[in-house]
Amino acid sequence: MWLTTLLVFAVTGAAIFAPILRKRMERAAQLQQQSEEQARRELIQPVPMNPSDPRVKAELFWLSDADSSMLAPVVVELPLSSDPVLRSKQVLNTLLAGPVDVELRTLPPDAVLLAFYILADGTAIADFSEALATSIPSGIQSEQLAVDSMTHTLEANVPQVKRLKILIHGQEVETLAGHVDLTETFAVNADAGPSPATGPAAGKTGAFLVQPLTLSFSPVKLTGR
Amino acid sequence: MLLDVGDSRRLRFLAIGGIGSLVVGGAAMAFALETSPQTQQGPGAGTLPPASVATAGQGGTPAPAGPAPGPPTAPRALNVVVLDPAHGGTDPGARGTGGIQESEITLEFATRARQALEQQGFQVVETRQGNENPSFDDRSAIANAQRGAVFITLHIASTGIPGTVRVYVNADLPPVKAANGLIPWDLAQAPFLGLSRKLGDLVQGMLTQHFKGSPDAAQTAAIRQLRTTAAPAIAVEVSSVVVNDRAELDHMVPGVADAIARGVAAFKPLYAMALPSGALP
Ligand SMILES: [Zn+2]
Repeated sequence: MWLTTLLVFAVTGAAIFAPILRKRMERAAQLQQQSEEQARRELIQPVPMNPSDPRVKAELFWLSDADSSMLAPVVVELPLSSDPVLRSKQVLNTLLAGPVDVELRTLPPDAVLLAFYILADGTAIADFSEALATSIPSGIQSEQLAVDSMTHTLEANVPQVKRLKILIHGQEVETLAGHVDLTETFAVNADAGPSPATGPAAGKTGAFLVQPLTLSFSPVKLTGR
Repeated sequence: MLLDVGDSRRLRFLAIGGIGSLVVGGAAMAFALETSPQTQQGPGAGTLPPASVATAGQGGTPAPAGPAPGPPTAPRALNVVVLDPAHGGTDPGARGTGGIQESEITLEFATRARQALEQQGFQVVETRQGNENPSFDDRSAIANAQRGAVFITLHIASTGIPGTVRVYVNADLPPVKAANGLIPWDLAQAPFLGLSRKLGDLVQGMLTQHFKGSPDAAQTAAIRQLRTTAAPAIAVEVSSVVVNDRAELDHMVPGVADAIARGVAAFKPLYAMALPSGALP
């Protein structure tokens, strides 16, 4: 009799505690996943923030909470380098890391900034891992917002950058994910004027070919294509 | 005239006003220009026709569809609509829940838009009718071979409020001086941006009547497909592939088709007005 009672208690107890236990295990797994993600991010973070750099109010552009078809600036206090290349890497890595509300991110979480340069004319070249192109939701709106979040963020924090060229794994690609054109540069400062990659040549002399041929060469081809 | 050039990839040009034909010799690094006996007519010389492609594409030139070009001096009205159901073949485009593929749905929207446009008296050319994936240049070439045409590329987004539709116009391109009537293929859209904007706003207005919550005016984006298109050109993007049931998108098909047809019809007189004023190159 006492054995049966004990059994009943045991079964009841298991029934009550099993879901709680399962939830706890799920939570543990989730935390593990998060810390792995965190560890990976730290591993790939090419430019760690230097705490001795002055903390400035950086403006990061993610999706607007009120209207996800638009971007909105979020002020984040960050120790930013005064070197424009390091500073650009720092703000772009922060942009990639995403906002507190992950729904408002503009770039895929697994994308990595592999390299970043600024040419003498103010053209910045940002080289991203494949994930930028493969993990982003395909579409005109999503791809344009991704690019705009980068150009707006650079514009707000790195005045030396005049335009942005995006490469994927060191290569020029035709589009980001089927829609937005990555063969040209994007204006970063509104007064930057047309990119020298596409600016019309002045020469009118000779055959008509002079002009279009000049137009067809891109000075930012660093990849040896 | 034969010139050696360093890079054959981008050597594609448009002849404006039917002044000449340009031959691109496949992958060979040379091309020649033959000037036709017709009057060389530059911008501003009276009535100007829309751009016509002499030769386009690298190597395998897509066959120009549609009617043979008329005399370059004849005024032309808008009578052709090139519909581009985006993606296809190995490129499914945006993919949503429950196996919804952008490439399939755009065909459905194009078929219905075609009917609506034909009812308005337009001739319709589609860049694909099955599950093929012509290149961006191939699709542009179909539009660039037409006279009196507009180009509409159809997309289903991965994002946006379901049940809304956005129209996009190409972002600003550097100004092109149509020296001798030729503009580089890569910047073919540049002279048409103003007209594209007007067409975009009209179609967006009609769409917003059907689909509340859509924007009031066309937006800009750096759309690869539009950049090489020498005609008033817009992208129409429907939200979205992320719907619970494909039927939600199917229900939007008639409204989108109707809005496109009425928007293009409203644009037709603006297009005709632009011709003699020299607004076209
Ligand atoms: Zn698309």
